[in-house]
Order: sequence, then structure tokens, then C-alpha cells
Amino acid sequence: MTATLLGIGFGFAARCLMLRSDYRQYPAYPHGYVTHLSLGLIAALLGALAVPALLEREFTAVTFLSLAATQFRDIREIERETLSKLDISNLVARGPDYIEGIARVFEARNYLVMLIALLVSGLTYLTNVLAGIIMGAFALLGALRLMRGPVIGQIATVRPGRISFKGPNLFVEDIHFMNLAREEVRRTVLARGLGVVIEPFDDNAREILANNGQRMAIAHDAATQLGIYRDVDTAEFTPILRRDLDTGRIALLILPLEKDMDCLVSAVKNVPVLESSTSRPLKSRAGRGAAD
Amino acid sequence: MKTQISKYILAVVTLDPALVGSGGAPVFVARDRAEQDRIATYLARITEGVVHDLENGVYILVKH
Repeated sequence: MTATLLGIGFGFAARCLMLRSDYRQYPAYPHGYVTHLSLGLIAALLGALAVPALLEREFTAVTFLSLAATQFRDIREIERETLSKLDISNLVARGPDYIEGIARVFEARNYLVMLIALLVSGLTYLTNVLAGIIMGAFALLGALRLMRGPVIGQIATVRPGRISFKGPNLFVEDIHFMNLAREEVRRTVLARGLGVVIEPFDDNAREILANNGQRMAIAHDAATQLGIYRDVDTAEFTPILRRDLDTGRIALLILPLEKDMDCLVSAVKNVPVLESSTSRPLKSRAGRGAAD
Repeated sequence: MKTQISKYILAVVTLDPALVGSGGAPVFVARDRAEQDRIATYLARITEGVVHDLENGVYILVKH
């Protein structure tokens, strides 16, 4: 009984810790918390019961774990659906790749909770409470570490880039962005716009940055953190990212409400590298050969 | 999956009607640069499109 309770306690604590709401503001409403906390509690309960049930020769109880896995897969489905629907109302869309990443994380966190509860309750059952608590503490630390994935700042240099016009054509450094006809729009872009150039460190990073979903995530994160100077009827002020075909560099053009270059650079550096955009051409013989 | 055309020309605003042939998008003829700018701005706000300059006196409005 102590083992199970300890397992549930640590599992639930892990879910609470992982539910920290940050600038992504999701979930930021009470009902979102309720949904995820109660599912986390169920996950913890299932995980905590597994080892004691197994040792008490209650084999059928363990099959419930597989039932739980099906349930948690549905969470990803739900998250994806909700976020995709809400994305239409965003001034700067998250993009499908970012949404998929978030949904996947929500699913994985429940498995993590289940695993922590299983480890803690199992160890407590087999040894003693103290060992269980130590195990739980380490598991919580491990879970917090897992929350941090790589960010753009680790795969590329991010530096300010100069915005200029050649006739109606807009450039950030030498990367062409678009053709803007109206004089007033050009003046606004020059006055309010900020340009950032992202230079990949290697070929792996180049492929990550080439991914359109990754670029949408950068635009979305930059816009949420600095505010965006646009409304639904000013499509020309949408932040965009364009690629230099020769070198694989990426440039971002954004019209933030708060024109602060240092904050923009740090916001871009902290954009997570999306799981779905990750590719490693340098791991292949052809990729390595082509790199030099 | 819903399939749709995502980029298309909504309208053409020109100073010289001879430069634009008939096509899918409506053509607005402006008397001078100021009027061309004004028409393009109104149309851009109403249609949520972006005005592009073809650099021959023709503006196109594109839905992105």
C-alpha cells in the first residue's frame, strides 16, 4: 500500500512539474489543467499498481497497462485536433509540425508519469521507502531534463540582418523576400521591421532549417514573444522566413510591436528544434561525402 | 483533406490598360500613380491580399 501511494505521489508530482505553462501559453485555462492532471493521475495509478500486482500474481491487472497506452494515444489525437482548429485564429500560425510536436509531448509525458510511478512503487515494494523516495527524486530530475530539447541557438548562429529595398523588392542582406508595391508599406517595413539571419553550423542544421514547419515555428515563437504589428487585413506584415539557396542560410523578417533586436535574437535562439524537422544527412555516407 | 488554390491574383490595378489582357482577375484602370496606390490599398484591405509591383505600371493583388 505504501509502495503504491508513493508511486502515485511521485508520478502525479512529475505530471504537475511538467505542466508548467510558459510563453507558449498552453494549456493556460483551468479546464486544460483539469484534463491533463486527471489523466496524469490515472497514469500514475496504473504505473504504481503494476509491480505490486505482478508480484501478487495478479497477471490480469498488468494488461490494463496496454489499455492505458491506447487511452494516452488518444490524447495526442485530441491535442492535435484542438490546436489545429485553434491555429486558424492565430495571426501567426504555429504550423502543423509544431502542433504535432506539442501533441506528441503530451502523450509522452503520460508514459513518463507511468514509468516514474512504476519505478518508485516497484523499488519501494522490493526494498524500502527511503530507496523509493531517492529513486523518485532522481526520476523527477530526469523528467525535467527530458523536457528540454535542443534549440535553434545550439545548431545555428543567430545575428541581426539589414533590411533594404531594391525597387519594390525587399531583401534581408542578400536574401530576396518579396515584392511590395506600396510606398507606405515599404516605409513601414523599413521603420518597424527587424531582420535576423540564421546561419546553420553544419549540414544537419541546414536541413533542419530548410523545413517549412520549423520556419513557421520560428515565426510563431518570435511573434508571440515580441508582439506582432499586423492585423487580419494586413497580410504584407506577416513575418516570413526565406532561404538562401546557395548556402542554406535562413533570414527572418518580422514587424514586432516591441522593436528590440536583442530580445528578438534571444527569442529565435530559444525556439525548439522540432522533432519532425530533424534530419541527419551527415550520418549517411552520401551526405558526408557531399558535405565537403 | 481540403484542397484549395492558395496563391492567386485577386485583381489587377494598371495605369495602362493595353498592358493587361483579359483573364480571371478584374482589372482596375487608374488615372495616375496616386489613384493606383489608393485603389490598390483599398482592395488589399478589403480582400486581405498583398500588392505587388510588376514595375511596368501594373500592380497585382495576390492572395497568399
